[in-house]
Amino acid sequence: MIGTALATLVSHWRRKPGQLATLVIGLSLATALWTSVQAINAEARASYDQASAALGGGSVISLTAPEGRIHRSVWAQLRWDGWDASPRIEGELELADTVFALIGVEPLSASTLQGMVGGGEGVGPAFLTAPGVLLAAPETVEALAAHQADLPPVQASAQLPRGQVLTDIATAARLLDRGDQIDQIVINPDAREGLTPLAVLAPQLDRAETTDTGEVSRLTGSFHLNLTAFGFLSFAVGLFIVYAAVGLAFEQRRSTLRTLRALGTPVRVIVASLLIEALAFALVAGAVGVLLGYGVASALLPDVAATLRGLYGASVSGELSIRPDWWLSGFAIAILGALGATAQSVRRAATLPLLASGQMRAWALASTRRYLLQAGMALALFALAALIPQLASGVLAGFALLASLLLGAAIGLPALLAGVLNLATRLVRGAVAEWFLADTRQQLPGLSMALMALMLALAANIGVGTMVSSFRLTFEGWLDQRLAAELYVTTRDDAQSDAVRDFLEARADAVLPIWSADSDIVGQPGEVFGVVDHATYRENWPLITAAPDAWDQIAAGEGVLVNEQSWRRAGLALGDPVSLGEGATLPLVGVYSDYGNPNAQAIIGLDRLIGQYAGAVSRLRYGVRVDPGEAQALTEALRAQFDLPADGVIDQASVKAFSLSVFERTFAVTGALNVLTLSVAAFAMFASLTTLASMRLPQLAPVWALGLTSAHLARLELLRAGVLAVLTWLAALPVGLVLAWALLAVVNVEAFGWRLPLHLFPMDWLRLAALAILAALIAALLPARALVRKPPREFLQIFAQER
Amino acid sequence: MVRVGLLLVCLWSLCVGPAHTQGFAGLGTSADGFAAPTPDPVFVFPADHGPHPTFRIEWWYLTAVLEGEDGTPYGVQWTLFRNALEPHDGEGWQTPQLWMGHAGLTTPETHYADERLARGGVGVAGVEAAPFAAFIDEWSLESAPERLSEGEDALSALNVRARGDAFAYALELNATGPLVFHGADGFSVKSAEGQASYYYSQPFYEVEGVLELPSGPVTVSGQAWLDREYSSQPLSENQLGWDWVSLHLDSGAKLMGFQLRQTDGEVYTSASWITEQGELTAFEDGALTMTALETARVAGRAVPVRWRVQLPVRDLDVEVEAINAQSWMDTRFAYWEGPVRIRGSHGGRGYLEMTGYEPGASSETAP
Repeated sequence: MIGTALATLVSHWRRKPGQLATLVIGLSLATALWTSVQAINAEARASYDQASAALGGGSVISLTAPEGRIHRSVWAQLRWDGWDASPRIEGELELADTVFALIGVEPLSASTLQGMVGGGEGVGPAFLTAPGVLLAAPETVEALAAHQADLPPVQASAQLPRGQVLTDIATAARLLDRGDQIDQIVINPDAREGLTPLAVLAPQLDRAETTDTGEVSRLTGSFHLNLTAFGFLSFAVGLFIVYAAVGLAFEQRRSTLRTLRALGTPVRVIVASLLIEALAFALVAGAVGVLLGYGVASALLPDVAATLRGLYGASVSGELSIRPDWWLSGFAIAILGALGATAQSVRRAATLPLLASGQMRAWALASTRRYLLQAGMALALFALAALIPQLASGVLAGFALLASLLLGAAIGLPALLAGVLNLATRLVRGAVAEWFLADTRQQLPGLSMALMALMLALAANIGVGTMVSSFRLTFEGWLDQRLAAELYVTTRDDAQSDAVRDFLEARADAVLPIWSADSDIVGQPGEVFGVVDHATYRENWPLITAAPDAWDQIAAGEGVLVNEQSWRRAGLALGDPVSLGEGATLPLVGVYSDYGNPNAQAIIGLDRLIGQYAGAVSRLRYGVRVDPGEAQALTEALRAQFDLPADGVIDQASVKAFSLSVFERTFAVTGALNVLTLSVAAFAMFASLTTLASMRLPQLAPVWALGLTSAHLARLELLRAGVLAVLTWLAALPVGLVLAWALLAVVNVEAFGWRLPLHLFPMDWLRLAALAILAALIAALLPARALVRKPPREFLQIFAQER
Repeated sequence: MVRVGLLLVCLWSLCVGPAHTQGFAGLGTSADGFAAPTPDPVFVFPADHGPHPTFRIEWWYLTAVLEGEDGTPYGVQWTLFRNALEPHDGEGWQTPQLWMGHAGLTTPETHYADERLARGGVGVAGVEAAPFAAFIDEWSLESAPERLSEGEDALSALNVRARGDAFAYALELNATGPLVFHGADGFSVKSAEGQASYYYSQPFYEVEGVLELPSGPVTVSGQAWLDREYSSQPLSENQLGWDWVSLHLDSGAKLMGFQLRQTDGEVYTSASWITEQGELTAFEDGALTMTALETARVAGRAVPVRWRVQLPVRDLDVEVEAINAQSWMDTRFAYWEGPVRIRGSHGGRGYLEMTGYEPGASSETAP
């Protein structure tokens, strides 16, 4: 029996292939966007795990010397005492203009590396004996090969992150000319019991316990959450289409359902048939969606990888691999979406009154009561959105706020539009105008899903666009301020640093040391910089808040500036003591904005820095103030005089260009997802208008009979689409602005630690309005054209049929 | 004895490629540049107690049969293997000399094992001839000069210590006899094709010390046997593995014997009979017979844990049985190594080592 019922129901789609296509395409698109975001996230996560697993994985204790290098006998001493310790050399392999990170490991003492060298990728004894073997990711192998340098044989290893070259410690020591010096001792924390503590064996070394994956995950977590939120938004927009298509199909099959019931088909058979149908759609659309999502993700991944590298230094492969977690999640969400969209139809099918008329009525006749209900729900959601910041904090809370805001706006939209139309009805005069408004209001329920989708897409576009533009404006201004020096110089070692400083002091207007030391800042790992007392800082450094004599106190070594991130995280006020590791504290005298840096940072006087951190201070970098016209000449003089690293001298413009390119890449993905979401919304409009057009003949026929030509009616149809688009855009505008505010003032603060001022970009909004109208007109064009070409016979038939 | 080191060589040389050292170029030098043992060796001590970097493989192999104060039998193994990737030494990281340590502790119920790997040249592992010290990480086998009398061999008084995740031991070893030299004055032939090694032992240790077990410390005493062997040649291609014993007989005599099992079912045997005074008689292929009497399921394979060992020329006909059948060294190169008790024409205790028993393979020792 279920077969017959199913066949009867499915026959509907044979008669309405367009509707079928709408449903499948809608669900596929929704799934595709969701899947693409999941695929990108999965790829990034896999890259992080791989990077940390390749080099020992999980949690390790690492020992480093404050002065830079450690003699290998310190490591041997730890082994003699029974510690599971392995030495490591880290350096840079400079080939022409490219720098590769070279890591030398000792596979015999690194238990996690033994498998890699012994078997698996088959490195064998060649790895351990001269000339050795270099291991690198396939892309890096190509890059190395391009240099034709005199290097040991290079072998591809898929386990390694790009840009990194792994080799035996003996090979690394030879290539970097390190002799007996190593950079790091890595210790397995699952130490055997009863060993002499590290603090006793190697008191001179700094000890850090790191979970590599955890670090990168923490930093990039908010970025991925951001993407996920966008994916979900796209999915929601897509789901509106599906919901609309399923609802329409139900209305059109109402008589069929009634007939089936009248013939004795039990309710459960009908319900089961509808569910099976939904599941079938989900599987087909899920498959298409996952494939589409793969395509979208492949296209977006290089941008995402660039973003993550630029923002967080996290290396992510640019190639997408098929992972079960994201394609399963794609299918799951397709099934969930299809079932969710069908739920209402199923419920109504189950309670269908057997004896009621089986004829089709205007789809989901709207009542004032229903609008009131929707408006109430919208208000409740807005109230929730307002409450969330008071109740919870964190990135998740930020997104919860956004979700309730958007959902509230979407649900409230039909009520708002109905209200506006009601109001307009009272204002206009003339039969056609009144009919037009009444008819528009009548169509509202059928179009509301598509309009909601459009509004979500527009609001997201306005919100994210405003956020990105505000950020860019602020960022550019901040860069101009912050990058005040004309040249930035990096030296190789302390001796060269001193020589370069002497050289520059005779030739430049000012030499500003950019010296720093790693330190805990209010309990967070970060960097402390030392500055000299110079007008460059007083005039240019972007302070958010500061004591009046902040720079004097810094110069005197009696105060500290911290970056906005640390300030917000610790909830500091001016004058509060700021702990800078090793028990030292200084009062807070100011806060500066520090975009693009995920870590804590502080600025103190240079003398104070040297006094407190002594040997731990890295003294390699300088900012140089010089007449911009002389910068080029000075650069050349520096290069001629000193053997500086490849990127040893950088001018201001290059730093700015680089920073801005990182910024643009960061939001390239956001922009792409924005456009995709808007396209999905436009498709929703098109789908709704097309299906409505076929149902609306009974409403149009009387008007036609009263003398309006079909061409006139078609123009009115286009006008209606345009009006609704404009109204939706108007409704989306405030929602988008609140969204932008929430992104700038809540989500960004939670995710990155900085708050940005909101700037308004009305030209962007107008462009978007034009885009929305265009999308609506294009969507309405086909149905309108069909109306113009409709033969009078069809209008007349309406009256002939008994309805 | 052949010992695990050869297995190590096989594995490394498989990694390197097809460079099996079958062909010999010139006198006593193999094709890939490693030195090869030649007959009539002249040992110089203490220098020869130290490493020989031009030989591919070398080991310092100690096995001890011990007894607690309550009479419980125990076994202890301490081994340091040297494996050269190239036939020379080197400074610092650049040395091609690699080291591997194995430590085992066997009780009647449990077998504990641990291993360490290290490269030479950087002070983490190695052997010094004088004063004698063999070490890897915190494991060591070192001479105890305070217990040595004037002119005595450096190996006559040693301290040994090692520790794993659940066990540790520290023992004092004092020799009551001289070094003994296997085969022809220390030139020990390992196959009909002529593969050979330099091989000498100190089998006369009296032992005292403490084992650290999860249940607590145990004071023990007993006997120990130290093998020194170096070579460059892997097993002959038709050899599957070996069964090796070192037996401390109650009479005071000692026996070292092994059989190399071949793919054709034949075996190549060798034996050294050592009197209480340290006089060694070497017996060539065929004098010794070893017959598997009973196998046990160990690490997924059938391993003989009870043997009949016969050396008719010395009227020896004994049954050798594992104290713990599960004495499996679950190390990178896994093998069976554990203490045994001896019954029959002679009583006593000893150590048994077996390699080449693959999972699922039937016993190759069936006559």
